[in-house]
Formats: sequence, structure tokens, C-alpha cells
Amino acid sequence: MVTDTAILEAVGEVADPEVPVLTIADLGVLRGVRHEGDEVVVTITPTYSGCPAMDVIRHEVELTLNSLGVDGRVETVLSPAWTTDWMSESGKAKLVEYGIAPPTGRGAVFLSLTVRCPLCGSPDTTELSRFGSTSCKSLWRCNACREPFDHFKAL
Amino acid sequence: MNDLFVYTLRLGDDALIAAQRTAEWIAAAPQLEEDVALGNIGLDQLGQARSLLQYAGQVEGADRSEDDLAYFRDERDFLNLQLCELPNGDFAHAMARLLYFATYQHLLYEELRGCADEMLAGVAGKAVKEVAYHVDHATQWVLRLGDGTEESHRRMQAGLDALWPYTAEMFESDDLVRRLAVAVDPSTLQAEWERRVMAVIDESTCSRPVASYQHSGGRTGRHTEHLGYLLAELQHVARSHPGATW
Ligand SMILES: [Zn+2]
Repeated sequence: MVTDTAILEAVGEVADPEVPVLTIADLGVLRGVRHEGDEVVVTITPTYSGCPAMDVIRHEVELTLNSLGVDGRVETVLSPAWTTDWMSESGKAKLVEYGIAPPTGRGAVFLSLTVRCPLCGSPDTTELSRFGSTSCKSLWRCNACREPFDHFKAL
Repeated sequence: MNDLFVYTLRLGDDALIAAQRTAEWIAAAPQLEEDVALGNIGLDQLGQARSLLQYAGQVEGADRSEDDLAYFRDERDFLNLQLCELPNGDFAHAMARLLYFATYQHLLYEELRGCADEMLAGVAGKAVKEVAYHVDHATQWVLRLGDGTEESHRRMQAGLDALWPYTAEMFESDDLVRRLAVAVDPSTLQAEWERRVMAVIDESTCSRPVASYQHSGGRTGRHTEHLGYLLAELQHVARSHPGATW
């Protein structure tokens, strides 16, 4: 019998295919595990409604359950809606190391909050586009080191 | 037909058809950042459509999947707003439509996230935050184009004017929304929608559009000639190779 903690630990290690440095546990995409009779149900939640990574994540979680010998399925839940607050502090630290500025502030608050350059640390940066290489990111440029970088935007 | 099914289909079809038009901009937008932005906006809309159509299929109980509903219904079975199906026109038209539609969706989802239907509330709670970014994106462009050069101003005004006669349909109330407790009666959103949209138009230095006639019919399956062509493209592969997977 595999414990719920062991299941959560194992499936929590599944990586986000778009930002592979983050696991679904870091992201807060992994919601939990419950039992329905003999079946284990792992719940996950999308960051954005149309996030194309969800299909891959669901598949990877199923494979992990299989490798644990657990009879289970994956359920996608929308509520309560995911926000960037669900990202763990260690997840945010991993993002900086990977060259992506972590989320700051709350949601679509359209003030110009400074986003620090993840490469040189300068606060002198400019937003180039609210939309970046994936749904969850915006595109920025550092005025100090001139490098472009992604920012994981607040939702 | 089941009221909840029809209502969910209306919302899902709006999102699906809007997503298809938005996606047509990919690789055709005026700059690379805009390709990416519109790609992401279309993806949000498509994600909303998937959740809504999946739920509609569940509510209907006839074993139809999101794909069945998207690919194997004909024009008259689609219940989207005519505003969503109109051809893209130039970039100013696209931003005018996004301003009108995203502002409407934002107000609608804000209300719907508190409704008693857990699934609709969940979709709305998720989508409302995405749509806030869409409204902001459209607003920035309407301001920039309207208050830009003589040519950009002219085009922005033309876009706002051309789509205005398709805006009243968003706020039409009917028996179904009055009967269905979880539905948001869209007529209650109109005053606030106008306040928000007019504030942007005023600031953009464009003039407020007026229309002598307002189109209608999408909610009951009556569409412009353009929807058929859109569906032909959207459905072609799925219908040529039914059941194909990859
Ligand atoms: Zn820098």
C-alpha cells in the first residue's frame, strides 16, 4: 500500500514541460490526492484555461502512478482558480536561477511595478509585451545589461 | 432542449469562434510581439471554450464530447454572437472587437463566478483574470492607435464604427436567461459596459460610434455569411478524417 504522502511526493516531481526547472508541486498545479473506492484520484489545476502543458502533465502523472503500481486517474479541477500565490518560494528561487523573473504583485493590476532583471539584478527594466513565450509569461528587457528576459506574470 | 445546455453552449461558442478569429492573426500581426500576444489571447479563449463545451456535453447527457460539439455541428447550431464571427479586417478592427468583446466577457465572468453552478462558476473564476489582460491589451492599442497618427486614428475610428452595430446583441435578454437561475441576464451588464468602453474611446480621441441599426440573431443560430466559411476551415480536417487522433 503506497501512502498518500508517497504518491504526492512522487507525482509532485513531474516537471512542467514549458518551464522544466519547475515541478508541478513548485507551481501549485498539483492539488491533492483522494480515494474513490479502490481508485486513487490525483487532482491538478491549470495555470491558464488554455495551458497546452496540461495534457502532457496529466499523462506524466498517470505514468508516475503506474510506476508506483497505483491504480489511479487524474482529474482536472478549475476551482478554486490557480493564482501565482500558489507557487512555492523554492519554485520562485528556481525561476530566478533559470533566468525568468518570478511573479510579483497580484493579478492584472496595471501599475508599472518594477521587475528585477534575473540576470544582473538591475531594477531598471522595461516591459516589451504583456504576453510572452507561453501563456504564463510576459516579455521584458533589462536596460542595464540589455538582455531580454521572461517574467512569470502575476495572476 | 435543456436550458443549462443551451446557455453553456452560447458561452462556449462565443469563446470558440473568437479564438478561431484571434488565431488567424498568428504570423499576420503587425509585429512579432503582437503575434505572440494574440496567440496567447486566442489560447485563453480556446481554453475557456474547451471547458465550456466539455461541460455542455456533460449537461446534455447525449455523450457528445467537446470535439463533437466543435467539429460536428452545423452553422445553424452555433449560438455565438455575430460579433465574434465577423472577419478580422485590419488590426484596428481586431482591437476594436477585442475591446468590445473582452470588456463584455469580463463583466459577465465577474458575475458568473458567484453563480450556484459550481462548474460555470469555476470556469468564470479562472477566465475572469485572463480576460482582464485581454481588456488591458485592447485598451492600450485603442489608445495608441486612436491618439496616434492621422492614419491610425482614421483606422481606429473605422474599426470602432464598423463593429458597433454588432454590440447590442451581447446584452439581449431572452426567456432562457430569465428562466435559468444560474444565468447572468446580460442586459444588466450593458450600462457598465458602455461606461467602460466609452471611457477608453473618449481617451483615444475617437468619437463615440452611433448606429441606426443593430444586428441580432446569433443566439438563435442565425448568422452572417461569414460563419460558414469560418466553420469550413475549423471543421475540415476533423470531418475529412473522423475519429483520427495523433
Ligand atoms: Zn540585466
